Amino acid sequence: MSYDLTLRIWRGDADGGGLKEYVVPAEEGQVVLDAVHKAQATQANDLAVRWNCKAGKCGSCSAEVNGKPRLMCMTRLSIFAPGEAVTVTPLRTFPVIKDLVTDVSFNYQKARQVPAFSPAPDQPVAPFTMYQPDVERSQEFRKCIECWLCQNTCHVIRDHEENKPHFAGPRFFIRYAELDMHPNDGVDRKRALQESQGLGYCNITKCCTEVCPEHIKITDNAIIPMKERVVDVKYDPLVRFLGRRRTTKT
Amino acid sequence: MPAEETFEHHSYDVVVIGAGGAGLRAAVAAHEAGARTALICRSLLGKAHTVMAEGGIAAALGNLWPEDNWKVHFRDTMRGGKLLNNWRMAELHAKEAPERVYELEQWGALFDRTPAGKISQRDFGGHRYARLAHVGDRTGLEMIRALQQRAVSIGIDVFMELTVTDLLKDGGRIAGAFGYWRESGRFVVFEAPAVILATGGLGKSWKVTSNSWECTGDGHALALRAGAALLNMEFVQFHPTGMVWPLSVRGLLVTESVRGDGGVLVNSDKRRFMFDYIPEFFKAETADSIEEADRWYTDKANNRRPPELLPRDEVARAINSEIKAGRGSPHGGVFLDIASRRTPEFIQRRLPSMYHQFKELADVDITKEPMEIGPTCHYAMGGVEVDPDSQASLVPGLFAAGEVGGGMHGANRLGGNSLSDLIVFGKRAGDYAAGYVKELGAARPQASQADVADAAEDALSPFQAGPTRENPYAIHQELQETMQDLVGIIRVEHELREALDKIAALSQRAANVSVEGNRQYNPGWHLALDLRNMLLVSQAVAIAALERQESRGGHTRDDYPMTDPYWGGQNVVIELAAPSGADAGATLSSRRQALPKPPPELAELLEGDH
Repeated sequence: MSYDLTLRIWRGDADGGGLKEYVVPAEEGQVVLDAVHKAQATQANDLAVRWNCKAGKCGSCSAEVNGKPRLMCMTRLSIFAPGEAVTVTPLRTFPVIKDLVTDVSFNYQKARQVPAFSPAPDQPVAPFTMYQPDVERSQEFRKCIECWLCQNTCHVIRDHEENKPHFAGPRFFIRYAELDMHPNDGVDRKRALQESQGLGYCNITKCCTEVCPEHIKITDNAIIPMKERVVDVKYDPLVRFLGRRRTTKT
Repeated sequence: MPAEETFEHHSYDVVVIGAGGAGLRAAVAAHEAGARTALICRSLLGKAHTVMAEGGIAAALGNLWPEDNWKVHFRDTMRGGKLLNNWRMAELHAKEAPERVYELEQWGALFDRTPAGKISQRDFGGHRYARLAHVGDRTGLEMIRALQQRAVSIGIDVFMELTVTDLLKDGGRIAGAFGYWRESGRFVVFEAPAVILATGGLGKSWKVTSNSWECTGDGHALALRAGAALLNMEFVQFHPTGMVWPLSVRGLLVTESVRGDGGVLVNSDKRRFMFDYIPEFFKAETADSIEEADRWYTDKANNRRPPELLPRDEVARAINSEIKAGRGSPHGGVFLDIASRRTPEFIQRRLPSMYHQFKELADVDITKEPMEIGPTCHYAMGGVEVDPDSQASLVPGLFAAGEVGGGMHGANRLGGNSLSDLIVFGKRAGDYAAGYVKELGAARPQASQADVADAAEDALSPFQAGPTRENPYAIHQELQETMQDLVGIIRVEHELREALDKIAALSQRAANVSVEGNRQYNPGWHLALDLRNMLLVSQAVAIAALERQESRGGHTRDDYPMTDPYWGGQNVVIELAAPSGADAGATLSSRRQALPKPPPELAELLEGDH
């Protein structure tokens, strides 16, 4: 069953812009990205939008749909009331390049700052012996598709450009957690996480968890445990009194 | 082109085009071999099509079945490819895949484990033993992240959202590459004596496809224009199981792991029809009763493989026949059922993305009801003709690895052999490209200013409105319909000829494409440039399909339904008749080439029922 959908898409660039209305035919089972593509193919050939897999696996088509951070490819049109206009705007936390495309290079800079996985001394060369229950904690975080919705929604940087230099954001907190919980990693990144990556800024409002399309429990399973581990390392009274001896990971 | 525009210049030893599994692995290898390396990707890093791979990486680790080894993997690969594979590539692949998988673990990948703490392996079509290292059904994501994180940690220069439109040459040799930043539309010149194509596939020229917008055959087209040859382009894999409903997701991949983990194919009469389609070639190794097939999952020593796990070409053709015979599902597919065969817990643990995908996009709970599926264009077995050891093409300095390379998979690729192909031959391409540059010393090829100016002019031509002001999206859609209808699973001479006529007409119209707007992040312009590649490569597929007068693997001719021993010894080679600029209407020529024969000790492995 086909019907006319009213789509309002933000068009513009770094110098400014505004919402532009497109009426496109929509079909049963379609997602927001289908409607945006229809507008692009028939009415606005130069409409800039990122996408790749159209299956929720690559994390390219992130945008704000009626104000909510979402993957356009996983947002069914059927969730909107009949006749309701659908408004699509670019991610707000990152500078606009054009239309729905934003400059997300912030995230790639933060990625470069993560000290890489490095095997522990007792099992330096793969194949490693590791057991399923032990790899599962990190596997949850490796489901991350890097859609940057958590980064976009995090209020520490959403309206605070000044925090960006010293705040890695939820995506990278789960990356640090993943490495910290890796059964065969030999590097301690906890001090870096607290001192240069801004873990302390997070006051666990769980906004990131709510928008994660992979349903990763970012706050409960990564941020809170990492805050606890940081406390163990930094404020252990015995360590403060006797000096740092312990070299193995917790 | 504004006369005052000066182009951004970069100078490297090795430029890798494409940042999926093959490109990333190649860049890491070239960098580690001491070459100054640039990695170029059309999308953001980590979004390449590898990310969508689901089932796993085939490698004879022998973790679950100690009987498994490279020889069995080699045999399975060659037989799956209907013996048209380049034997040397199949040998290298089978031997080196385990080492490449362990390397991913060394760099931080976390595969699912066996109870003994080793990398777990799963069953897949055409593989004698459970062989696929995996992470649930998101193995491609794990692979691309492990490689991406490795590439970033060793400091490789990455050029994100940059599209290469032309290769630059000096005489017969590669001298660099020319492209544009998607963000600004501004041009970039890479001076480099070695270029590795790792651009992936070409499936976006079909209507029902599992491929993303990036799979436009860019590398195939760049290679042709540079004077390299394409091999066996007629072999296009239609994956048996793509979603068919809703239309919005038609073609979206449903992993073969569903069948590997126990799922079966059923028609509207509730019949498990694959038992009706076991070909002579695989009879000795395929179960002929439901009871035997079901016992195989736990006892491989005494039972043969279920027919649902025949190679993909066989299964896709069988599904196609059932649908044509009127025994399909309501939306034009057949049923794939795992709900009645495995527990909901098992399904959710082993196939979490599939569960999620059907639940969110089709309102189907795969733990409770069967899926509706049908064939979808998935993979190009054909590709750039390369030396099996070095991945060097016929053009000095030009290498190709991964899906864009040809020969490895013969007439049909086994599931799981793509991810292993990427890392085995990605590494080889990177190593050999770095070696090639070292040998050159100071005598480096130089691109001419004139060629750079031509490349810029070609790239800007869509902004000059042709007389008919064609819409690139409309031409793309017509190309997809043409390839779907006339160069699909089943082919016949008069339809292939009709396809060639239509492609020629579309190529003429494509020359009149006009794009609106400016050069800044303009998808209409990008598509106009991609279209030239899609049209050229589609033409190559249709010509090769016309040339091969037999049915084998991913190429089925209605007018030549049998496999022909003569053709079993022939490659079909496609070349540009007169290599020149970005002319989509270029003439392609085809010729036959004798397939290299394996040495006796390898040929022996292919005989009889092992």
